[in-house]
Amino acid sequence: MPSDRLPDIGSTITIEKPAFNLLLSRLKEEGYLPIGPRIKNDSLIYEEIESLEDLPRGYSTEQKPGSFRLVREKHARYFDIIPGSHSWKQFLFPSRVELFTLRKNGKGWENTTQPAEIPSYAFIGVRACELAAIQIQDNIFMRSDFTDPIYRARRQRVFIVSVNCTHPAETCFCTSMGTGPRVKELFDLSLTELDDVFVLTVGSQLARRLMTGIPFDDASGYILTNVEHRLNHAEQQMRRRLDTSDLPELILEHLDHPYWNEIGKRCLSCASCTQVCPTCFCWDTQDEMSLDGKTAKRTRVWDSCFNPGYSHQAGGNTRPTIYSRYRQWMSHKFGTWKQQYGTLGCVGCGRCITWCPAEIDITEEIAALRNEVKR
Amino acid sequence: MTAIAPETAKSHSGFLLEPHWAEITAITPEADGISTYWIRFTDPAEQEAFRFEPGQFNMLYLPGFGESAISISSNPQDHEKIGHTIRFVGNVTRAVSRLKVGDIVGLRGPFGTYWPMKEIEGKDIFIACGGIGLPPLRPALYHIIQNREKYGKVTLLYGARTSGDLMFPNEYAEWRKAGIDVEITVDRGDANWNGRVGVVPMWFYQFRIDSRKTAVLTCGPEIMIRFVIFEAMARRVPSESIYVSLERNMKCGQGSCGHCQMGPYFICKDGPVFRFDELQSFFNVEEF
Repeated sequence: MPSDRLPDIGSTITIEKPAFNLLLSRLKEEGYLPIGPRIKNDSLIYEEIESLEDLPRGYSTEQKPGSFRLVREKHARYFDIIPGSHSWKQFLFPSRVELFTLRKNGKGWENTTQPAEIPSYAFIGVRACELAAIQIQDNIFMRSDFTDPIYRARRQRVFIVSVNCTHPAETCFCTSMGTGPRVKELFDLSLTELDDVFVLTVGSQLARRLMTGIPFDDASGYILTNVEHRLNHAEQQMRRRLDTSDLPELILEHLDHPYWNEIGKRCLSCASCTQVCPTCFCWDTQDEMSLDGKTAKRTRVWDSCFNPGYSHQAGGNTRPTIYSRYRQWMSHKFGTWKQQYGTLGCVGCGRCITWCPAEIDITEEIAALRNEVKR
Repeated sequence: MTAIAPETAKSHSGFLLEPHWAEITAITPEADGISTYWIRFTDPAEQEAFRFEPGQFNMLYLPGFGESAISISSNPQDHEKIGHTIRFVGNVTRAVSRLKVGDIVGLRGPFGTYWPMKEIEGKDIFIACGGIGLPPLRPALYHIIQNREKYGKVTLLYGARTSGDLMFPNEYAEWRKAGIDVEITVDRGDANWNGRVGVVPMWFYQFRIDSRKTAVLTCGPEIMIRFVIFEAMARRVPSESIYVSLERNMKCGQGSCGHCQMGPYFICKDGPVFRFDELQSFFNVEEF
C-alpha cells in the first residue's frame, strides 16, 4: 500500500491499532490537544491523553441507578467503556471560566482582561449520544440572535474522533432518543473498534490530510459487515426504553399531577443530574473584588435548577420546594426544550440515572407518570 | 463534519456580559428604600444611540457585586438621560443605594419585549399596577400622553402599601391633565390619607370596562397580577387583550443562562411583557 495515498472523504478504512498513535502525534503537530477517556482514582474521566496507552484498555463499566463501577475484562479493547460523570461539555462550556477583570481607573473601570489562550481540543472517543448532546448545545450557545463567544471560540476549533458504541451500559437508552449507538454525522473521524483493527470513516478534509503517511487499508466487505453486526447487536442489547411518543404533551398537560410530589420526596435536590448531563446549560455569575477595592473579576460557573438560589429573586423563591425543581428539570428536558430548540433536551446517555444518589431513573419516572395519568 | 455558521453582525464576539459605562447624573428619592437613578453613558455616542421601548429593562452592573435587571422608568423620547427606579432589596441594589451622583455604573441593554403601544392604538387602556410595578409602566404613560389622540379612555389604577410608598405622586396631576384617569389606592390607610383603601384587584371591578375594546396592562407583585387577570377575565376581557410584565431571577438578559425560564419562555428575551394568552396554559401551575 503506497503511503502517499489518502482516503476519500466518506470512505471507510482500517488501520492497525498502534497506528492510531501516529494520528495522535499528527494531531499534536497540528496544534491539537487530544482529550480522551482515562482512568484516574478508580474512576473514568476525560483528560489530556498522550497516546493509546492512556486509554482504559481492557476495561468496561458497570452502571446502574446510583452506581458506577470499572470492571477489568479479559478483552484488550480501548473503547469498550461507557463514559463516567465527565462529558465533553466541560471543555466547550467550562464549569468555571473568567469573563473579565476590571481595574479601577479614576472614577471608572478599565477592562484589563488578558485574552485567554484557548486550546484546540481533539476529542478522542465521542459517543453518538455525546455528539447529539454537542449538537444540542450548539443550538443553545450559537443561536442566530445570540452567540456565546466562550463556547464558540472552543467549539469552532474542535476535532472530533467519534466512536461507535458496541457495548452499551445498563443505563443507556440512546435508541429510544434516536441518537445512537451508531454515529451518523458531525465527526472528523468516526471510529469503530474491532478486536484487531480500528475501522475509521473519514468525515472531513482535515481528517483526510492527517492520514498522510499513516498506513491504512480500505475496509473490506467482511469488515463493514462485522461493524454493522456489532452495532445491530448493541441496539438489541439496549433494554432500557423511554417511550417518547406522547412527549412533551404527557408532561406539559400534567404539570399539576400529584405524582410530581412522589418524585420530590425521593429527590435530594443535589444537582448531580444537571452537572453530569451533557446538555444542561444553565450558568451563573460570580463576582469578586480585591481587598483594596481596585480589582473586580467576573466568573461564569455552572448552575443548576436544583439549587435553591437558582430561582431566587426580590419577591422570594419561585420554586421553594424540591418537587417543583424536579418538575422544572424534567419538564424542561422532555417538554419545553422542544418548544425552545426543536428537540428534546435528552440524548439517552443515562448519566443522570447512574449518578443520582437517590437512584431516581428518569425512564422509570416518565413511565410511572404515564401510568398514574391513565389511572 | 463539524460545520459552524460564520460569525454574523448580530452574534456577539466580545466579552460575554461586558458592560458599557454610565455616570449617575441625579438621584431622586421616591419612597422609603426606593430611588430613581438618572444616568448617561460616559461615551456620548453611546448615549446618542441608546433607544428603548416602554417596558424594556437594562442590566445594571456594579463591579464586585454583580448585575441586576432593572426596568427603565424614564421617558423614551428623552435621549439625554436614562432613569431606573430601584428598590434596595438585594445584594446589588443595596450597594446601589450607597452610590452618589458622579459615580460610574455598568450597563447592558435594553433587553426584552415591550408594551404593545402600537397594537393597542384606538383602544381604551386600563393600567392596573402595584408598588414597584408602576416604574416599568411610566414610559408607556409618557408615550400615551405624547400620543393621546391615538388612544381611547385611559385609566391608571395604582396601589401601594401605604401613601408613603406611592411612586411619582408629584406627576399624577400632570397625568390627569393629559386626560388619564388616575386612581390611587393604598393597602393600609393612615392619617395622611383620605383616598381609596384596598388592594388593586379589589377596586378593579368598580370601573366600567368595555371588554371588547379595552387593553389591560398589568405589572406588580405576582399575586396582584394573578388577581387582576382573574378580575379582567371575569369581566370578559379576552386574554389576547391582557398584557403582563413578569419578573424572574435574571443573569444574562439574552436567554442563555436559563434562570428566568417560565415554561417555554425565557422571561428576559421572550418577555418580560407577555400577551396573557401566551402564558395561560401554565400561569396558574403552582411554583412553575
